Amino acid sequence: MEHANDITLTVNGTRVSRRVPARQHLVDFLRDELGLTGSHIGCEHGVCGACTVRVNGEIVRGCLMLAVQADGCTVDTIEGLSDAKELEALQKAFHERNALQCGFCTPGMLMAALDLTKKNTKVTREEIRAHISGNYCRCTGYQAIVDAIEEVVNGQG
Amino acid sequence: MKAPSFAYSKPQSLAEAFELAERPGAKVLAGGQSLIPSLNMRLSAPELLVDITGIGSLRGISVEQGVVRIGALTTHAQIERSAEIRKHAPLLAQAVTHIAHPAIRNRGTLGGSIALADPAAEYPACLVALKATIVVAGRDGERLVAADNFFKGLFEVDLRPGELVVAAEFPAILKEERSVFLELARRHGDYAIIGLAAHKGAETRFVYCGAGATPVFAKRASAAKDLDTGKKALEKDLNPPADLYNSSATKLHLAKVLLTRAWNTLTTSH
Repeated sequence: MEHANDITLTVNGTRVSRRVPARQHLVDFLRDELGLTGSHIGCEHGVCGACTVRVNGEIVRGCLMLAVQADGCTVDTIEGLSDAKELEALQKAFHERNALQCGFCTPGMLMAALDLTKKNTKVTREEIRAHISGNYCRCTGYQAIVDAIEEVVNGQG
Repeated sequence: MKAPSFAYSKPQSLAEAFELAERPGAKVLAGGQSLIPSLNMRLSAPELLVDITGIGSLRGISVEQGVVRIGALTTHAQIERSAEIRKHAPLLAQAVTHIAHPAIRNRGTLGGSIALADPAAEYPACLVALKATIVVAGRDGERLVAADNFFKGLFEVDLRPGELVVAAEFPAILKEERSVFLELARRHGDYAIIGLAAHKGAETRFVYCGAGATPVFAKRASAAKDLDTGKKALEKDLNPPADLYNSSATKLHLAKVLLTRAWNTLTTSH
């Protein structure tokens, strides 16, 4: 038997109410139910970081949280933050520095990077690497990603 | 993979949680950063998840009369950001940065980590090193369990059906005491190959994670008067299980490397 629960949450500024299976992950809910397919599904056990979204202002793994747990929460995805221009500087830097190839990891990578820009302090490359250590990229070798984040966070090339 | 089907309940009080957690097939859900992966991989198939994150009394950090108390639902990120933890429990402040990655530290909890008792986990070793007390509660009231006795075996702790971890308590660090946490992993945030929680107070305790089924208190090495004797003694204290990449001998060697680093830190004056 499939157990289901009613939830109401705010996704990218819009209030939504749905009945969801108890076992459904937040990222599956966002993708399948709301059509927000920018958050990607990679490993489904919290290793790759492709599904990173923001819940109540903090980044989390979309595959390690159930949709039902997001009841009453505020969820922001790559779509919402992109439309709100919050990611503009990072997106531009990623583009200019070739910090992506296939793009699969990019939404999650941007969510993690944005989190770092909110600290409002200069960071070392080592700190950037530690902060994105939970996000896998299989194309770039990370160098260009660290360059792009460093440029935006520290305001330098 | 997707998790198997289960029912979900979110109690708002401890009494309600005890009742739900006692039901057959029930499993307690805190931050879910270990439980949900195990559901996704279908290593676990509970009938009911009891989400305790709505119980506010299980949250928070306090320091009173020289005792640090950390509520079970306190997240790794909250511990990492806490000025009180940095000041009164530097061992935990150092350990927490080794736990996974920011997005996971935002949800994972102290209580979840110690109730699960993964042998590679950082907190259990820290709590044994600090001679902490684990506060557990159930329908019949509260029990206090010494961390030394709480971790009983591989993923096995002193929790009875329907009982929850409420908090961990341990003495705040004194001026003359020192703590250090060290860990070796293949990549920052990965499971420890081997880790060491070391605390030098009235007694010195070297406690390893990733070195056995439970946190391993290296008693002989902890009692040693000098580093060379300590390293030698470690061979009797530890028999670390091999993992996919490291033999038991490699792990023992790395344990000695960590012992040397910790010894030097603990014995360097302020």
